[in-house]
Formats: sequence, structure tokens, C-alpha cells
Amino acid sequence: MSEKKPYIPCSEVLEFLWAYVAGELPPERAHEFDRHLAVCPSCVAYLDSYRKTVELSRESFQPAEEELPEELIQAVLAARRKG
Amino acid sequence: MGEEQTLLAELRAGSEAAFARLLREHGGRMLAVARRLVRDEEDARDAVQEAFVSAFRSLDRFEGGSRLATWLHRIVVNCCLMRLRSRQRRPEEPIEDLLPKFLEDGHQTPPSLAWSDPVEDLIHRREIRALVRASIDRLPESYRAVLILRDIEELSTGDAASLLGVTENALKIRLHRARQALRTLLDPHLRGAAA
Repeated sequence: MSEKKPYIPCSEVLEFLWAYVAGELPPERAHEFDRHLAVCPSCVAYLDSYRKTVELSRESFQPAEEELPEELIQAVLAARRKG
Repeated sequence: MGEEQTLLAELRAGSEAAFARLLREHGGRMLAVARRLVRDEEDARDAVQEAFVSAFRSLDRFEGGSRLATWLHRIVVNCCLMRLRSRQRRPEEPIEDLLPKFLEDGHQTPPSLAWSDPVEDLIHRREIRALVRASIDRLPESYRAVLILRDIEELSTGDAASLLGVTENALKIRLHRARQALRTLLDPHLRGAAA
């Protein structure tokens, strides 16, 4: 007999997407997410754009390396000397 | 003795040259961290100065379990967060308008559309990186701070939660909402066919 279990709603998928993405859902629950994603193009698009958002955040501030201005170096050293 | 252990020994002995070296090696990165968090040049410089002076004073408490850079990073982040907290507080904009909306049956409305451009292409476009930075700046402050600590500074959930004084679970939910809100702000620019 085939299983006719209802799909979880989009609202539940998007509310707990962080746990799905982080692999923190219990296997049965992750399976329910997979079932929903197999039939819902909107949530598939959301998941992809969510992952892209995280990656874009990480990359948008690179490169972060720069030099500390000399006057700030001297100010910190002077502040340390003062105790 | 490793290079870092040698530097640490010189710092503990009070060597001015060692302090200057530490500042030159790590100060630039720490200033970048402070600029991202406090968004005001003078405040960022003050936070870095305060953090290094505080670090120099507490060298005896540095146990060497982590790298000096990691230890300094945490002190700078903490000084920045204290500055953010002490700023005159205005009521924060609610984030709900930037979260996904649903019909009564649980379907998202309007449905999401794909962002067709591969992320590898997007991150190489200067205007997209500027758009992402500007959009992060538009997030309500407590959400902006969480997103920066976790997704940009890459602190662990435990460290970020401890610095912000919230539970790990509260932090995960706040981070999720921050990401969702940022996604909403980027969506009109990135959805649809590949450019």
C-alpha cells in the first residue's frame, strides 16, 4: 500500500530551513523536507537563494586585509605605556 | 619554540618592539573587523585601541589554547559590541516585513523565483558585493550583528551567543531571520534569468 502522508507546508520548511541547511534535523524530519522540496519549485528556489545569500555575505567583505595606520599604532603603544 | 611562542614570551617580558610587531601583524585585520561591526571610523579606531590595550594588560590570562589572532579577534569583537550597546538606543525597526509571507494553507506568497546567476559569478561583480554590504547595513541592528558575527567573522554559534548574551538556540533563530531578511533585500536584484 503506498504512503499518502500529507506534505509539510512551505511555512514549516522556510521556518526551519536553517536546521535543514546545517544538517541539524533528525533524519525523519529531514526526509519530510526532502519530500516537500521534491514537489515545490518555490521552496527549491528559496533554498538555493538562501544558500547564495550566506555565501555572498561571506565573500562581500573580502579582502579584509589592510594596514593599521601608523598614528593608531603609536596611539596604542602610548596608551599601553601610560598603563 | 615556535614563532608565536617567541612573540608571546617577548610580549610577556614587556618588549615594546614585540607590541609594535603584534599591532603591525594583526592590527589591520582587527580594524577591518571593527569597521564592519561599528560602521563609524572613529568608533572603530577607538575600539581597536581599547582592544589592544586590554589585550596587552591581560596577556597573563592568555593560555595559548588558541592562536593569538583568534584571541585578539574575540577581544576586538567584544569591544565593538560594547560600543554598539552603549550607543543611544532607538527602537529597532521590526524585521517581520522582510520575512517570507504565507497563505493560510501554508504556501508562500508570492512564490519564490530562482536566482539563476551562479554564486561564483555574483561574487566577482563589484556592484553585487557593494549591494550585499549595503543591504546588510539596512538590517535591524541586532540582526546585523548576528549575521556579521556568524557568517562574516565566522565565530562559532557558542562564541557568538556568549558574546551577545543569548542562548544558542535564540542565536540560531536570529541568524536565520537575518539571512531571510537579507535574502528579501537582495531578491529584487538577483531573481530571474542569468545576467
